[in-house]
Amino acid sequence: MTKTLKATNLTRRFGPNTAVNNVSFELSKGEVLGFLGPNGAGKSTTMRMLTGNLAPTEGQVEICGINIIEDPKLAKAKIGYLPEMRPLYKEFKVNEFLRIAAKLHNVPNKKINESIDIVMEKCGLTHMSNRLIENLSNGYQQRVGIAQAIIHNPDIVILDEPTVGLDPIQIREIRKLIKDMGKEHSVIISTHILPEVEIICDRVQIIDRGNLVFHGSIEDLKQQRRGNKLLVGMKKPPTLKKLQVLFDVVKLEKQDALLHVIQFNSSDIDVEAFIKASIKERWGLFQISPHITSLEDTFVQLTNQ
Amino acid sequence: MKMIINIAMKEIKSFFVTPMGWIIIALITAAFGWNYFIGINNYFEVMSGAIRPAERVGVTIYVGQTVYGSASFLMLFAVPLLSMRLISEERRQQTLPFLFSAPISIIEIVLGKFFGLFAFLAIMVLYIFVMLSTLNIWADIDFGYLIANTFGLFLLVGSFAAIGIYFSSLTSQPIIAAILSFIFAVTLFILERYFASQPNHWFSYISLMKHFQTFSRGVISSKDIIYFILFISTFLVLTIRRLDADRLRG
Ligand SMILES: Nc1ncnc2c1ncn2[C@@H]1O[C@H](COP(=O)(O)OP(=O)(O)OP(=O)(O)O)[C@@H](O)[C@H]1O
Ligand SMILES: [Mg+2]
Repeated sequence: MTKTLKATNLTRRFGPNTAVNNVSFELSKGEVLGFLGPNGAGKSTTMRMLTGNLAPTEGQVEICGINIIEDPKLAKAKIGYLPEMRPLYKEFKVNEFLRIAAKLHNVPNKKINESIDIVMEKCGLTHMSNRLIENLSNGYQQRVGIAQAIIHNPDIVILDEPTVGLDPIQIREIRKLIKDMGKEHSVIISTHILPEVEIICDRVQIIDRGNLVFHGSIEDLKQQRRGNKLLVGMKKPPTLKKLQVLFDVVKLEKQDALLHVIQFNSSDIDVEAFIKASIKERWGLFQISPHITSLEDTFVQLTNQ
Repeated sequence: MKMIINIAMKEIKSFFVTPMGWIIIALITAAFGWNYFIGINNYFEVMSGAIRPAERVGVTIYVGQTVYGSASFLMLFAVPLLSMRLISEERRQQTLPFLFSAPISIIEIVLGKFFGLFAFLAIMVLYIFVMLSTLNIWADIDFGYLIANTFGLFLLVGSFAAIGIYFSSLTSQPIIAAILSFIFAVTLFILERYFASQPNHWFSYISLMKHFQTFSRGVISSKDIIYFILFISTFLVLTIRRLDADRLRG
């Protein structure tokens, strides 16, 4: 797979504060990467460095092999960016603004009209074409923001919280749009909505206070969620001591009168052996399933390390 | 080069989608027209009197002095009002990332904005030229004088524009940008009056009006052209550096 973006040891300090600390990652063609992290984690700061809007204190950014500091024009031509505060010239109409965006991104004159039609169609803006941007609702302004980022069909699309302010139907459309873009291009999005990451991203990167705390595929994240816990319903539950004699158990947690969460030392749990033991010892087993920590829990766990 | 034109076109469009551009054009052209009218009227009053032929001044110079003298003064007010939004409004609306993310250098952004404003002002300067040229219908006018003045006014409004764009890059409040650039330009004028009695003082070398006056007399001198170009470049470079600092400071 061809690498489209490569960030090496990115660090950004604001005075004494480190907003992004030694972050490295790569992005391949046809991949959607999600940035996840609490407020102030450094997601937007990272994106500003990737797009050449902010100089890194240390580290390098390469766009399709081009260093963005050394050759900013060539590198920027390959990027489409929607910043956190969407940059719209509100005194213009939607199509006028998109025309400016197309021109500034070197779309050939002959193709400008076509490109505007395509992105308006993709972002559901066709019927708003002649409206002044300042008179559009928040959600429609967000769509214009996304439209200007993809007008020149860039190799890499970087969207900072793209679904903020959209209605549920539009969120679905934009997520589909991002997924579709992810087939031919590389996409980076940041979000606070955890299920969104699962729906649209191939890979996820969790950032906390400037540090990369998790980096892997959605499968890895799910694995982390499934974890090392069983949710077990027993009428006559054993004590923790008794359990620890038989299995490598760390913790026995009572959820209600009958339901218990058993935490094992490893995630490699021999469920069959557990069931056999429960029959032999007559614990009155009536329900057993893996205990899936919610994504929120995983997130809280990861960002509290 | 293409990008400079694209940015300039964007700025020119911006002038006309807000009322500001139209209002300024209307006021300025009305003021020029009025001065032109007054100039011609006075000319007839003064010259038809029993004045000896040796004291007669050409109609071009007489009317031209009235119009160009007021033009430089009017532009002092008009340019800050037009330049104030160029960068500070982008700061206020947080739209600079739109430009910084596009494959355009900061130099092109600043030059594009400057030439956009300059083109707008140039229309007004040319308007004066055309207006005065109509004198040619009934009198033999001195085109050399007109061209020198037009040229001088181009350079003077270019300097005002460069001052305006620089102060616009310093703040996110357009009104503050307008006030600062107006105060700055007026200060140059006042200091100049103050130092007028000392023509060899260093200040008279950097004074805008002193260099403009050469053109007002109908003379195009390369020394004055170079002065204006240096003046304009200085403020454009300062603007570029200010915007570049944004990227570094965050
Ligand atoms: N221009 C700046 N000057 C000083 N500090 C800054 C600046 N920009 C960002 N920071 C700091 O850097 C840290 C990271 O901010 P950033 O905006 O990247 O967070 P984020 O992950 O995007 O958060 P959110 O989810 O709220 O958008 C914050 O502590 C912020 O205060
Ligand atoms: Mg952010």
